[in-house]
Amino acid sequence: MATLDNHSDAPPERIFIRRHSLVTRITHWINVLCLSLLLMSGLQIFNAHPSLYWGQYGADADPSWLSIGTVEQDGGTRGVLTVGDVQLNTTGFLGLSGVGDGATERGFPAWATIPSYQDLATGRRWHFFFAWLFVINGSLYALYGFVRGHFHRDLAPTAEQLTPRHLGREIADHARLRFPKGEEARHYNALQKLAYLIVIFVLLPLMLATGLTMSPGIDAGYPFLLDLFGGRQSARSIHFICAWSIVAFVIIHVSMVILSGLWNNMRSMITGRYAIETERGEP
Amino acid sequence: MTFSIPRRRLLTGSAASLAALGLSGCDDVAQNSNVQSVLEMAERLTMRGQRLLVSKDTLAREFSEPDISPVFKPNGSTAPDSEDYARMMETGFADWRLKIDGLVERPVVLSLTDLKRLPSRTQITRHDCVEGWSAIGKWTGTPLGPLLQSAGLKPGARYVVFHCADELEQTMDGSGTYYESIDLIDAFHPQTILAYEMNGKDLEVAHGAPLRLRVERHLGYKHAKYLMRIEITHSFAGLWGGKGGFWEDRGYEWYAGI
Repeated sequence: MATLDNHSDAPPERIFIRRHSLVTRITHWINVLCLSLLLMSGLQIFNAHPSLYWGQYGADADPSWLSIGTVEQDGGTRGVLTVGDVQLNTTGFLGLSGVGDGATERGFPAWATIPSYQDLATGRRWHFFFAWLFVINGSLYALYGFVRGHFHRDLAPTAEQLTPRHLGREIADHARLRFPKGEEARHYNALQKLAYLIVIFVLLPLMLATGLTMSPGIDAGYPFLLDLFGGRQSARSIHFICAWSIVAFVIIHVSMVILSGLWNNMRSMITGRYAIETERGEP
Repeated sequence: MTFSIPRRRLLTGSAASLAALGLSGCDDVAQNSNVQSVLEMAERLTMRGQRLLVSKDTLAREFSEPDISPVFKPNGSTAPDSEDYARMMETGFADWRLKIDGLVERPVVLSLTDLKRLPSRTQITRHDCVEGWSAIGKWTGTPLGPLLQSAGLKPGARYVVFHCADELEQTMDGSGTYYESIDLIDAFHPQTILAYEMNGKDLEVAHGAPLRLRVERHLGYKHAKYLMRIEITHSFAGLWGGKGGFWEDRGYEWYAGI
């Protein structure tokens, strides 16, 4: 029992809580595998026609809002990314990559695609296989999340968390890289909850729905998808934007994992055990 | 915390193997035949899934005249490189003939005039290339189903194989000749037509003159151009690469609804 006079001198006590259930941990890592391979095989598929359009149709002669290609300038070839009216020199990364004689004209570079060389057929095989795995894995997670109350219990923000005052404080704390400690660390903070909810209920379902809208077979059976996204080429553009939004989320997510305690976070997503420091005497 | 070291080693190990997978290792994995056959399971799942979720006669969306692409990009062969084809082209395909044979009761030989005399169907549909682009065009042609019915399918008929006039890849043994195959569900789909007109004009050479297949609900490579012969078979295993089509023999899925 702590007494009043030594209370402040007592070292904080480290206790372990069970942070992630087995289902969350397994589906999380399968999802990591799926999304990585889906991204890389997706970039391979994109490279077969590295231009994006809005609307029902779109090909070489139609105006694209984004395209990756090459231009001849000053007696040499440059890789360029064109978005609307803006053209960026991306030699070495987009449009033209590889060194010396090995430099090739391709949308995304070899290190970012599966397989590394241009092979649309293999890219598609990988993409659709891992798309199925992603859907099965995601369905199991969603079923678990609703039935066992994971979404309601762990991810739904509380009313208090959504007040402007609370959100403002969290944003300020995040900016100073001050992460919750003690009792507060038992639960996700509001920014975390909102980010996870957007990924789980907006971005990932959008990836699936826009992916299906690119299938001529599915379009026949479910033409409302074409109306929902404004056409097959729009769906392809949204698919691309959502993919990079997920990449942006992953970059922030992994940064936060590292900054807020890499080993503690990794252990909790592998074994479920998460250490929190409480003042001695606290429950 | 006694477990922390093995765990850390496990983590470092996983990170290292993940990094290896992310580099050249991927190509070795991608080329491995066991890996290929596991990945191919997804194709069967996709086909079964789509056949379950989309009933067999559901039509692909039809668009209206203003939706037609200003430029319809020709792809694959744009001019078959053979003397026979050049000769037929000179005479406006007057001596071109389409043969329908194989597992049929009454093999058929049709001229372009014969085909145009049969009931026709016109549809404005979207053409989706496997590369990712799409174009909308208007097609007029003879529905394939009634044609096959009048030829009479023999028992055991399962696939309709389309033999084409173009060699997309120049080879000594002719294995670069374009061909495609569809099953009877797609063959009897109301929008599956043998098209001789595009956007209100005779089909251009770049788009498969004099006759090409339109099999809506499938990607572009299924829509065989420069049709010469339609063969009804029980299996396509004995044809060229055995996978049922020019692109299928080169790694693409036979089921092209996705």
